[in-house]
Amino acid sequence: MNILKFIESFNDENFMKNQGSRRDSFGQFGQLGKNLALASIPFGLASLANKTYAADISPTPSTPVGALQLALTLEYLEDEFYRLGLESGVIPPGGRDEKVFMQIAKHEADHVEFLIAGLGANAVAKPTFDFTVGGAFSPFTDYQTFLALAQAFEDTGVRAYKGQAANLITTPDLLTAALQIHSVEARHASEVRRLRGLKGWITGNQRGTGMPDATQAVYNGEEATNQAGYNTSTLFGADAGTEAYDEPLTTQQSVDIANIFIV
Amino acid sequence: MKNVVTVKEQLTSGTNRRSFLKISGLTMAATGLILTGCSDDDDSTIVDQKLPGQRNGKFDLGGGDFGVLTYAYALEQLEADFYTKVVNLGNFGSLFNATEQQVLTDLYHHEVIHREFFKTALTNALPNPSTQLLPNLEFDFSTVNFNSRTSILGTAQALEDTGVGAYNGAGSLITNPDYLLLAGKIVSVEARHASAIRSLINPNSADFAGDDIVSGTTGLDTAKSPSQVIPVAGGFITTEFTAIYLP
Repeated sequence: MNILKFIESFNDENFMKNQGSRRDSFGQFGQLGKNLALASIPFGLASLANKTYAADISPTPSTPVGALQLALTLEYLEDEFYRLGLESGVIPPGGRDEKVFMQIAKHEADHVEFLIAGLGANAVAKPTFDFTVGGAFSPFTDYQTFLALAQAFEDTGVRAYKGQAANLITTPDLLTAALQIHSVEARHASEVRRLRGLKGWITGNQRGTGMPDATQAVYNGEEATNQAGYNTSTLFGADAGTEAYDEPLTTQQSVDIANIFIV
Repeated sequence: MKNVVTVKEQLTSGTNRRSFLKISGLTMAATGLILTGCSDDDDSTIVDQKLPGQRNGKFDLGGGDFGVLTYAYALEQLEADFYTKVVNLGNFGSLFNATEQQVLTDLYHHEVIHREFFKTALTNALPNPSTQLLPNLEFDFSTVNFNSRTSILGTAQALEDTGVGAYNGAGSLITNPDYLLLAGKIVSVEARHASAIRSLINPNSADFAGDDIVSGTTGLDTAKSPSQVIPVAGGFITTEFTAIYLP
């Protein structure tokens, strides 16, 4: 798992075992909000390597209920992220971006309600989120950071739902509903990526300009060009071939990404 | 009374069954029909396996997983044909700005790839693709004004949104999880397409995922049955076909 390899690459033992506040630990990274800085500074996820947060979510079972529980956790994450984003004022007011994120926020809130209603007694509780990842990110004061995380969350959502589809094959109505949410996340992802100056679709495993190193986990696997034995790069090259298909994330991969933001 | 050999008794023998098929003119390959196992108690029954193929003079998409894949193949043929026309327009470069050209070119690439993928996958999976693979459909885009950016983008939006609804509505018809995953990998890309086209049409808005396509109460996208999609998409398709085994 790329995030764990990344964490293991830290060789500053003292830093790794720092028992001080995470905010102190990351103070040295200064202003993380600029695109170039984001790309070059390794994100201070190291302090997470030696800690197990009791609140981390565990992989959900490979059942229809498990699939929807994972979905609900991801929707809680997005819902709270966008709610906080809109409340913070970090999104430039009065223009396209605000309209986009108000619509996205509305949908995520709707998805949370829908899944809670669908799960009933099986609904999971909302975890406690920290979108700053212990001060490594400033999404609610730096708009570029907010945009980057928004892209990561939407692209994760698409891949995570896709990875759960097979778990819903025995419950056709729930499968259909999951597909209907999954395609909305894809609409979101496309627009957020385009707001950031990228294509609406994922090329190879590229996380894209200005996306933090830590988000690479969201894009690994997207470079696949073999679809059921058909080589999708034959006609127009690997870029087009990889863009034409989105890849699933496993339950574990989805959980690992979510846990970065759960405390 | 002598024991009379009945047809039923003859059919319990494999050799006699084969003879029966030759006499009656039935062949398995051409129509996808097979003779089910004949017990001593039952009369012989011909069961349609619902494979894609000619039925009553028209190509029928078939049912089950092959029906859904063939349906998807038909829709991808439609999209691919449309975008092929668009990117080859003499005035493509003047109708659209650089970003729009890139988006439409990407959509052309992706839909052609999808089409060829389904053609390959079905050719490999169908028992007899020579009769069961959907032929190349013919299209009529005369209702589209190919001199109009608005008409072209509007048509693209309709095709992409229709594709999303079609895949979302067909997912639960698939029984093989591998096929479901493949359809899932494609539908999210169609949704990315739809969002981008809508955003090109009206950038300073929520149209990328507007209330006209995503429910304002549930936040869910559309999901349409084949019988809802085919009349709409079929408006562009001149080749006659049926889908008697798809809901």
